[in-house]
Amino acid sequence: MFKELTQAVRFTVVTMLLFGGGYHVVLWGIGRAAFPEQADGSLIRRGDGTIVGSRLIAQAFTRPEYFHPRPSGVDYNAAATGGTNYGPSNPDHLKAVQDRIAAMTAEDKVSAIQIPSEMVTTSGGGLDPHIPPAAAELQAARVASARGVPAERVREVIHAHIDPPTFGFLGRARVNVLELNVALDEAFR
Amino acid sequence: MGTEYLAVAFTILVVILTSLPLGWYMAKVFTAQRTVLDPVFLPIERLVLRLAGVDASQDQNWKQYSVSLLISNVVMWLATWTIVTLQQYLPLNPDHIGNMEPVLAFNTISSFTTNTNLQHYSGETGLSYFSQMFSVTFLQFVTAGTGMAACIAIIRGLSGNRLTTLGNFYVDLIRASVRVLLPLSLLVGLLLLSQGSPMTFEGAAHATTLEGPEQTIARGVVAPMAAIKQLGTNGGGYFGPNSTHPYENPTPLSNLVETWSILLIPMAMVWTLGYIVGRRRLAIVVFTVMLALYVPMVMFAVAQEAGGNPAITAIGVDQSTGSMEGKEVRVGAALSALWAVSTTVTSNGSVNAMHDSLTPLAGLMPMVGMWLNNIFGGVGVGFINMFIFIVVAVFVAGMMIGRTPEFLGKKVEAREMKLASLALLWHPLAILVGTAIACYVWATTADMDHALGWLKNPGPHGFSEMLYEFSSAAANNGSGFEGLGDNTPFWNISTGLVMLLSRYIPIIAPLALAGTLAAKPASPETAGSLRADSATFGFTLWAVVVILGLLMFMPVAVLGPIAEYLALR
Repeated sequence: MFKELTQAVRFTVVTMLLFGGGYHVVLWGIGRAAFPEQADGSLIRRGDGTIVGSRLIAQAFTRPEYFHPRPSGVDYNAAATGGTNYGPSNPDHLKAVQDRIAAMTAEDKVSAIQIPSEMVTTSGGGLDPHIPPAAAELQAARVASARGVPAERVREVIHAHIDPPTFGFLGRARVNVLELNVALDEAFR
Repeated sequence: MGTEYLAVAFTILVVILTSLPLGWYMAKVFTAQRTVLDPVFLPIERLVLRLAGVDASQDQNWKQYSVSLLISNVVMWLATWTIVTLQQYLPLNPDHIGNMEPVLAFNTISSFTTNTNLQHYSGETGLSYFSQMFSVTFLQFVTAGTGMAACIAIIRGLSGNRLTTLGNFYVDLIRASVRVLLPLSLLVGLLLLSQGSPMTFEGAAHATTLEGPEQTIARGVVAPMAAIKQLGTNGGGYFGPNSTHPYENPTPLSNLVETWSILLIPMAMVWTLGYIVGRRRLAIVVFTVMLALYVPMVMFAVAQEAGGNPAITAIGVDQSTGSMEGKEVRVGAALSALWAVSTTVTSNGSVNAMHDSLTPLAGLMPMVGMWLNNIFGGVGVGFINMFIFIVVAVFVAGMMIGRTPEFLGKKVEAREMKLASLALLWHPLAILVGTAIACYVWATTADMDHALGWLKNPGPHGFSEMLYEFSSAAANNGSGFEGLGDNTPFWNISTGLVMLLSRYIPIIAPLALAGTLAAKPASPETAGSLRADSATFGFTLWAVVVILGLLMFMPVAVLGPIAEYLALR
């Protein structure tokens, strides 16, 4: 029995060093050498080096001159993430959806049936960085008028930022909201 | 949605095709034959065995094998529990996360030691980088290896003739984790890194957003865990919302790689059985039975999610892309449904969409996956669970045609049936009794919703949340209807105990079963034998799985998801 126990302890220590330590160090080294930008979290920086955010992480946009991301169950808190976990029949959920529809129809002068459901539902992590192209189109007029530029030029920026499905069939066409807004700020300074 | 359906079919096809060579590779690893990866990984295996003082030549009988399995798991439990409860004093904690509270740590470490990965904490706020690496990721390798080792031992028992030993536990465990899981995890980790999954020892990033406010972005040693959590059917995420978090599943390509990683080893294990036992036809029959359960479930769940939430359609929003609550745009509804079914039939438990927000009948499919728990199943233990059903199916078929039940030329007698029944009945017992106790506590607490804070959703969906939690714990799955307020003493202790019992009973009983089968002489099969590798037996097995595995869950399915579906229509 004692032999069994020492065997188990030695085995645990050795494998803990291998899988807890060695495995991570190898991938960390590969990350530093081959994918330093991704390994750090795909951060977007300003000219002075300060961080704007991460390409992969949604941030809050409420002003009319910016495109808005999908609603977030955690108010875009990237340090404590999560979904709403509302069940499909939950009255609170349906109320939240209706409130978002009301806000969007008022702000963007659109009717409910034009709104893609993505814009009135929350994502799993509350940090979905993307919206469907149709959801960007819907906001184009508002963004253009807030910035005092022709809607056509805003649409051009959108079109330049549509990511197609990978290999044509994996995932969906989408627009990265933060990248789009950064591009807008650059185009219409 | 058209291309999304194509992506679903493509994913399944790719896993099936790649599982064949991996099954062959694993058979070679576990029978100590030469493989192409030996120059790199064989030295590591030998080094670990030498440093750990394992005598590789010492074969164990089923009792010794089980004792080694249990004692090693106890030691790992104690070591990792100590780490998380003392993490504040340990290095690699840039975000200054405090010690995990002991009862939550009991649940967490029991969860990872049993390969369940049910999480009542959120990674970015609950664990330091050190704990993520040396507790969680470490356990994700060795517990997956433990399941595979037990499975291989059972396969050896089946193929043996008057065999008294099943192999050496530590050797099998190290082969599984160093020569199967490690190379695959390095490959998948590399792919995930390239897609944007972080791997940094620096703390959270502090951003000043375009509109001005600060945003703190938690990151860390994500990519390595994201790889092994998928490959080892662990499922425990680095962040609270698992692979819905963009850092844990950044692109459609990472989503493909991760879905592939969920199913790969569980599928390959069936082929490994075929190679080791020398009966490819049997492997084809078992694989086909599993596929004939899995594919209809995927199609049904995808169709349900593509149809959208009727309550939202009634409000008048465009749901042409399916039900999107709790889902990510880069993934879409169809691939989320595929993942939801795959992660629960295999006892993985990672998610790329919030299961609590699935439409009612799509949300039923993950529960069916966990109730059966043997369609491909967890690495190793999935086949063990199917093996139990095979024994029962052999027995049922034998009774029906009036012959002595036999499997692979060995008589299945009373002792075997008792052990199989023990393993088979524990699962529904844990789920149904557990849910019943939870309902009783909920219903008898005054002002329960405020007093307990358990249920996020009212009505039948609230019942589903409790049912799902015990299904997940008993299936060692780890996913959840996460609206459940589960970080309370009741849930931490009850699910902790269920996870431990539901891990070791269905491993030890089949090991005992295989031990007694191994010792029996294999009689040559004759024209009168009941052949396990025939289509007829395949149909019998399929029916036994559906009837025995699902019928006892029918009432709770009606009370939860089906009632919600009917109310929503």
